[in-house]
Amino acid sequence: MSDAETPTVTAPVTVPVAATPGMRRAKVLALTSGKGGVGKTFLSANLAAALAKRGRRVLVLDADLGLANLDVVLNLYPKVTLHDVFTGKVQLEDAILPAPGGFSVLLAGSGLVEYSRLTPEVREQLQRIIDTIAPRFDHILLDTGAGISDVVLYAVSLADEVLVVATPEPTSMTDAYATIKVLATQQQRRNIRLVVNQVGRVGEGRTIRNQLQLVVDRFVTPMLPDGMAAPTLDLTGEVPLDPGVREAVQKRRLLVEMLPGSAAARGVEAIAAKLAP
Amino acid sequence: MQLLQQSGRVLPDRREVTPVVWLQAVLDGLCELSSRDPLTGLSNRRQFELALASEIDRVARAGEPALVLMIDIDHFKKVNDTHGHPAGDLVLKAVAQALHECIRPMDTLARFGGEEFAMILPNCPPSFGLAVAERVRLKVQARSVAIAPGEQVSVTVSIGGAFAPQWVRSSAPLWIDRADQQLYRAKTEGRNRACLEQPTVSLVSAEEKGLLFGTSQFSDSDLA
Repeated sequence: MSDAETPTVTAPVTVPVAATPGMRRAKVLALTSGKGGVGKTFLSANLAAALAKRGRRVLVLDADLGLANLDVVLNLYPKVTLHDVFTGKVQLEDAILPAPGGFSVLLAGSGLVEYSRLTPEVREQLQRIIDTIAPRFDHILLDTGAGISDVVLYAVSLADEVLVVATPEPTSMTDAYATIKVLATQQQRRNIRLVVNQVGRVGEGRTIRNQLQLVVDRFVTPMLPDGMAAPTLDLTGEVPLDPGVREAVQKRRLLVEMLPGSAAARGVEAIAAKLAP
Repeated sequence: MQLLQQSGRVLPDRREVTPVVWLQAVLDGLCELSSRDPLTGLSNRRQFELALASEIDRVARAGEPALVLMIDIDHFKKVNDTHGHPAGDLVLKAVAQALHECIRPMDTLARFGGEEFAMILPNCPPSFGLAVAERVRLKVQARSVAIAPGEQVSVTVSIGGAFAPQWVRSSAPLWIDRADQQLYRAKTEGRNRACLEQPTVSLVSAEEKGLLFGTSQFSDSDLA
């Protein structure tokens, strides 16, 4: 399964330093989905690599604190994880690891299972971590867990923008809609990005986006306080169903590196181009 | 051995069975002893925590809903102070019996400590939760305990409950803690009541699903 040349992380790396201190901070984007298994972590990793290709400094934070699997997707075996940062065993700097694809990761590690409920400690730690690393990167991607738990909602609340990942499957669309509804009503999100993964034909993403928008306009907008602008779904891209994805996942490699010309890789690159014009 | 005899466990006669059979009976007796609460005969806290840990694994794997209830006798200290500790013990036993009558074979019922009991209800849908907790509360309330000839007392319980987060792993202490917070709420809202943690997920109504999928395209069963 694992390729001999795939690097295994053993040592911490130097963290990129912002050119002008305090000048800019990373745009924090939370990826969430409602339903699990729609390719959220796949998208986080490949989107990060595609953004890195465009010269951006990118960090992916595994905010799937309950069931982390970014390490599996990236074929990394971290010795140091967020768990060690939370418990004070290591400094935050030491937990920021290089990933194949030219970006950085903060991995949760399975030791974080006990943080799958939102305690004040988890709140404070996540906020502190994001604030600390934000000046050093252009993009921080938060790969959140499945479901609409309070940890997921809190992680999303720390982000500047939220991207909902869905597939054309009815269960995924229903859960994506439920997520959008909660984000619009509880967090007053006005602009929500949408990526439709595993589309069967070009333009299916647009159809699904329009359908979701229709239901949002009919049912969610009337729930909002008077005078509040209606939530808008922005179709940031669609990723076609592509056998290359399965191949890359099985080999535990990044699709954008292994099969850069594939339809799905081009879909991911188009999303990166929209996020980092 | 003395412990086993004191617990009232009947062991086979050593001269009549093989040493293996006898040893197995002793081991079974010791296991039983280490997992039971001596006063009420319910599971003890250790057994409860083991059951809870395996329930968490099952929920994370299967995604089935499960409910934990923490049940505390209201004003139990008053029973002890007014009628004495033997009466208190009788009340504990009676409440344990009433609770036992509420559970299914697959459920776990334990004396968590003092006058607090705990229940694990696997495969309990969220829509049933409050009804189940209320049934438990009413069962205890309806029971009167004979503490002396011609002297009866009755007690009430406060109940707090929390569902396991489906698909997402939790830990035993966190799950208990969430149920305990609801128990605290039940106590502060006046006792003799059941409070369950409110689910954070807003459900998608049938109308919303209908519009989302266009009613002609999918039948209801496709969306279930």
